[in-house]
Amino acid sequence: MPGMTHVLDPDALSREGRPLPEPLEPFSDVTRSDAAFRAFLHGLPGVDQVGAEARTNVLGTRSIKTTAKAWAIDTAISMVDLTTLEGSDTPGKVRSLAAKARRPDPEDLTCPSVAAVCVYGDLAGVAKEALAGTGIHTAAVATAFPSGRASRAVKLADVRDAVAGGADEIDMVIDRGAFLAGRYLDVFEEIVAVKEACRRPGGQGRAHLKVILETGELVTLDNVRRASWLAMLAGGNFIKTSTGKISPAATLPVCLVMLKAVRDFRTATGHQVGVKPAGGIRTTKDAVKHLVMINETVGADWLSPDWFRFGASSLLNDLLLQRQKLRTGHYSGPDHVSVD
Amino acid sequence: MNADRLTVRKTYKLYLGGAFPRSESGRTYEVTDAKGHFLANAAWASRKDARDAVVAARAAFGKWSGATAYNRGQVLYRVAEVMEGRAAQFAEEVAAGEGLSATRARAAVDAAIDRWVWYAGWTDKLAAVLGSSNPVAGPYFGFSMPEPTGVVAVLAPQRSSLLGLVSVLGPVLAGGNTAVVISSKQCPLPAVTLGEVLATSDVPGGVVNLLTGDAAEIGPWLAEHADVDGIDLAGTSGPLAMELERSAAGTVKRVLRAAAEEPDWTADPGLARMTPFLETKSVWHPMGV
Repeated sequence: MPGMTHVLDPDALSREGRPLPEPLEPFSDVTRSDAAFRAFLHGLPGVDQVGAEARTNVLGTRSIKTTAKAWAIDTAISMVDLTTLEGSDTPGKVRSLAAKARRPDPEDLTCPSVAAVCVYGDLAGVAKEALAGTGIHTAAVATAFPSGRASRAVKLADVRDAVAGGADEIDMVIDRGAFLAGRYLDVFEEIVAVKEACRRPGGQGRAHLKVILETGELVTLDNVRRASWLAMLAGGNFIKTSTGKISPAATLPVCLVMLKAVRDFRTATGHQVGVKPAGGIRTTKDAVKHLVMINETVGADWLSPDWFRFGASSLLNDLLLQRQKLRTGHYSGPDHVSVD
Repeated sequence: MNADRLTVRKTYKLYLGGAFPRSESGRTYEVTDAKGHFLANAAWASRKDARDAVVAARAAFGKWSGATAYNRGQVLYRVAEVMEGRAAQFAEEVAAGEGLSATRARAAVDAAIDRWVWYAGWTDKLAAVLGSSNPVAGPYFGFSMPEPTGVVAVLAPQRSSLLGLVSVLGPVLAGGNTAVVISSKQCPLPAVTLGEVLATSDVPGGVVNLLTGDAAEIGPWLAEHADVDGIDLAGTSGPLAMELERSAAGTVKRVLRAAAEEPDWTADPGLARMTPFLETKSVWHPMGV
C-alpha cells in the first residue's frame, strides 16, 4: 500500500504536489516511491564486515617512512578541518583556533595551513572574519547538531542562519531515527531541502554540503553503504562519518565502505563526492593509515583537501609533533604545540 | 626436583605504562650470568619504546606529582613490602648476574629494600628540609617549596643491578617525578623483577617505565627528547656521558652527571640525588590581619 509508512509524518501528505528533484542519471527513478527507494538501497551489495576489517588491517601495516612520511604529514595537515564543538566555545577560542589554522606551527613557515575551521553555526561569523583572506574555509555544523532531533523548519532555519553568518561549508546530520525506521525517502527529502537552504542570499552560489551519517548509530556496514548512497543521491558534496559525539566514531572499515561508495558513485554517474572521517582520529599513524587506504582503494584522485578531510582537533598537534621530529631529528613534546 | 622436567625458558618484556609489552622492534637479547651461562632472554628496547615510555610517563606525571607527599610515601613503602616478599628471587638474580656469593647478594638485596624504604620516608620531609619561609621586607609572607621537575630519564648503573637501580630510581620518584629507566645491559633481570613488583604494588602505571637494553643506543634519543625534563647519567661514562650531556643542553634539561667510576652504592646517599630533580617554587602571600 503506497504511502502507508507516512501516515504519522505530516510532511508526507503534502508531498504529492511538489516533486523531489531527481537524482543523477542513471538513478533518476530510484526515488519515485518509498518502495522503489528501499528496493534500491537494500539491493546494494552487502558488506563483508570481517573482510573489511581484514583489508583495513593489512592496509594499516604499510610502512611509510622518511620523504613519504613527510609528504603524508603535510597532506594530512592540509586536509584537517580544525574543529571545536563544545558548549563552552567562545569567540576568543574560535579566533585562537583560526590563528592556529592559518599557521599551525609558528616556528616553521613551511608548514601548510589546514583546510577549514569547523564551529557551531552561531560562531561561523566570528570564524569567517578571523579567516578572511586566508583561503581557509569556515565550516559550520547545523540541523540541530549532533542529535538532529528537531523539526524540519528548525533545522532549515539553523542552516540558513549559518550560511548567512558566512559559512562556506555546512555539516548536516541525517535523521538517524527515520533512517533506522526505514523512512529513507524522508531522509532523502530532508537532505535535498537542506541543500536548497545552503543557497547564499543574493545568488552567490551555495555553501558546500557535508552529510554526517553518524555511523556509530547506524550499527552495520550495510547501513553505512545505504546511507552513503542515499546522501550522494540527494546531492551531498561530502559524506562524513560522525559527529564526534558518539563512540565509535570514524573507524577504518567504515571509512573504507564510504570510500568504495564514492568510487562506485563516480563510476556510475561521473560525479565525484568527498569523504570526511571525523572523531577518534588522534594520531599521525591513524591519519597515514587513512591516506594509504585512499591511495590503494579509490586512487589518488581523492588525495586532496577538496575530496578528503579529517574532522579533528587533537590530531593536528600530533601531526605537528611528528613534523617537528622529522625536521629537527629529535622527539618533540606537547610544550612545543599550542594547547587548544 | 624432577630431572625429566623441561625448564621454562623465560623471555622477559618491557614494563611500560603499567603493561608488559614486547619491544616495538621485536628484538631480544640473551642475558647470561657472570660466567657466561644462559639465564633468560630480555627485550632489547628501541628508540620507539623510549618514545612510548616518555608518553606514558608524561601522562602519569599529573596524578603522581599531584598526590600528597604522604600518599606517595605510603605507595613507595608498599613497594618495599612487595620487594621483601620477592627477596629470594632478587638475591638469586643479583648473585647470578653480578657473580656474588649468596650471602653478599642477599646483603645487596637487603640494602636495596632498606634504601627504598629510606626514600619512601623522604617524600613528606623534603618540603620541610628544602622549603623555607623567607624573610621579606614588606607585609608579605614569602614561601619557597620544592616541586618535581617532570619526566626524568634514568640511565641505571651498569654494575650494581639492584642496589644501584634503586639508589637512582628512588630519589626521582620520592620527589614526585615520573621516570623512564634504562636498566643495566649486562644484568637486567633485577630490573625486570622490579617491574613486576611495581606492577603488583600501588604505583600507578606509567610512573615508572623500565626498558631493558643498551643505554648507548637509547640514551641519545632521551637526552634530545623535548618532553624529557631531566636525565640521570649514572649508567654511562666517558665520551658517551659527555655526548649525552651536550645533547641534553639543547632542551635545557636538568642533568645529573655520572661519577668517573661507579660509586659504592652502600654509602649513605644523603639528598644529593633528590635535589637535582626538584624545582624551587617561591610564592608571595599577603599577610593576614
